[in-house]
Amino acid sequence: MEKQAFKTKFKRIFKAGFFNFWRSGFVSLASILVMVITLSVIGSVIFVSAVLNITMNELRDKVDINVYFVTNAAESDILALQKKIQALPEVNNVEYTSRDQALANFKLKHENEQTVLQALEELGDNPLGASLNIKAKQPSQYEGIANFLNEDNILSSDGTKIIDSINFFENRTAIEKLSRIIDSAESLGLIICLALALVSIVITFNTIRLTIYVSREEISVMQLVGASKNYIKGPFVVTGVIVGLLSGIITMIIFFPISYWLGNLTQNFFIGFNIFDYYLSNFFEIILVVVGSGVAIGAVSSFLAVRKYLKL
Amino acid sequence: MPIVFDNVSKKYNNDYVALDKVSFIVNPNEFVSIVGPSGAGKTTLLKMLLAEEKPTEGKILLHDIDIHTLSGEDMNFVRRKIGAVFQDFRLLPNKNVYENIAFAMEAAGRPDEEIESDVPHVLELVDLGSKIWNFPSELSGGEKQRVAIARAIVNQPDIIIADEPTGNLDPVNTYDIVQIFKKINDLGTTVVLTTHNKGVIDSIGRRVITMQDGKIIRDDPTGKYIL
Repeated sequence: MEKQAFKTKFKRIFKAGFFNFWRSGFVSLASILVMVITLSVIGSVIFVSAVLNITMNELRDKVDINVYFVTNAAESDILALQKKIQALPEVNNVEYTSRDQALANFKLKHENEQTVLQALEELGDNPLGASLNIKAKQPSQYEGIANFLNEDNILSSDGTKIIDSINFFENRTAIEKLSRIIDSAESLGLIICLALALVSIVITFNTIRLTIYVSREEISVMQLVGASKNYIKGPFVVTGVIVGLLSGIITMIIFFPISYWLGNLTQNFFIGFNIFDYYLSNFFEIILVVVGSGVAIGAVSSFLAVRKYLKL
Repeated sequence: MPIVFDNVSKKYNNDYVALDKVSFIVNPNEFVSIVGPSGAGKTTLLKMLLAEEKPTEGKILLHDIDIHTLSGEDMNFVRRKIGAVFQDFRLLPNKNVYENIAFAMEAAGRPDEEIESDVPHVLELVDLGSKIWNFPSELSGGEKQRVAIARAIVNQPDIIIADEPTGNLDPVNTYDIVQIFKKINDLGTTVVLTTHNKGVIDSIGRRVITMQDGKIIRDDPTGKYIL
């Protein structure tokens, strides 16, 4: 009996909420529009943070230091040094390029420049030294690695200097600047996105509050007829949930062509990152966040707004 | 159940006195009209009966219970035993006639089958069976008031209170509405009604309480409208 009464009550609340939504057509449409904007902002936060994250990682990966060795440095010394560098905790990866490889790379790079190749031919000997390409885990760690390399202990087994030059000291300011920009871009981007999301949530909350403000007389009539507070709140919360649900679905549909269009555009700009691919591969996470936020914002704003007009 | 107003006063902002030590008893099945000029305190009196306003002093008893000491849930229960009708109808604009009346029954937790059988029945009683699926905006003033009365009586309340129910109606509709209230009263429901309309009082011919400046100045068992 108790269960039956609860079921009837739930059915009535749901039905009333749906009719409330359907019959106040224009007002519902307006709330959906505002909610779609909010959810788009929230969805964009997901995209922006993904773009930032991936692009910044790509950029970080691009930062490296090259150690050039003198031409007569013994390969065994260089490989021993590579092992030593690899053992440093800051170092992510060390790549060795031999003299022959360096020459091959050089020739490939200048294959259309006859004069350069001719000059190389005339030299007879390979003028290029071997090199090590070092990637750190964090851009800020390059200084430490460069300092380690600069110490006098990097000598060959017979005590002569084997390092010709380290390009870190040439690119130092650029690398340091870039690493600062990466760090602040990431946090600034997220702060701006979150602020925007917060503002649009507040706007949606106020829109829903206004739609309920229109019904404040109705709410007092319901109370005079003897309806309990929960029985009055229920349909408004259901309406809020419907608005959130529909807005979430509309937002996801809108994201489809937009991310497709932006995908091709951004692929060239952000090194290899395609928004459309990201949208497709993370579809379920994104729909969960977008629709979930819509439903939560709709329900909570309705709940708080009705409560204000339940005076008696 | 008797309604007892025991020394009830209401002050707004601590100086404006809307009601000044008002005491009277309405017995079961009585038809009481409250008359008086605007600002005499008639509406305040009815609002207190619905617990929309709290008295500054005094008590309002229903069944010997001071209704202003009741919790929200208990007060809801009391409101379902009082049907209220207002000058401005106060229908739910997004619900049709059927749903407006059904809402009062749903709020009282009545089952669907009862709602389906009682709503058309009560609409016949107020002579509005043909407009059951219309929305309030599609009804005339007289029709809206019939819906409001149907909603007020559908839960078979012990008391009907009506605040200027004919204030917005033409003479023909006014007459019809008064006849409906008399019929409801004949079926055993207490009716408390406020009005400005001399014709209404004279055609009812029952007890009249006259108010002025927040006080009862006359209480006639078979009154006429005298001011």
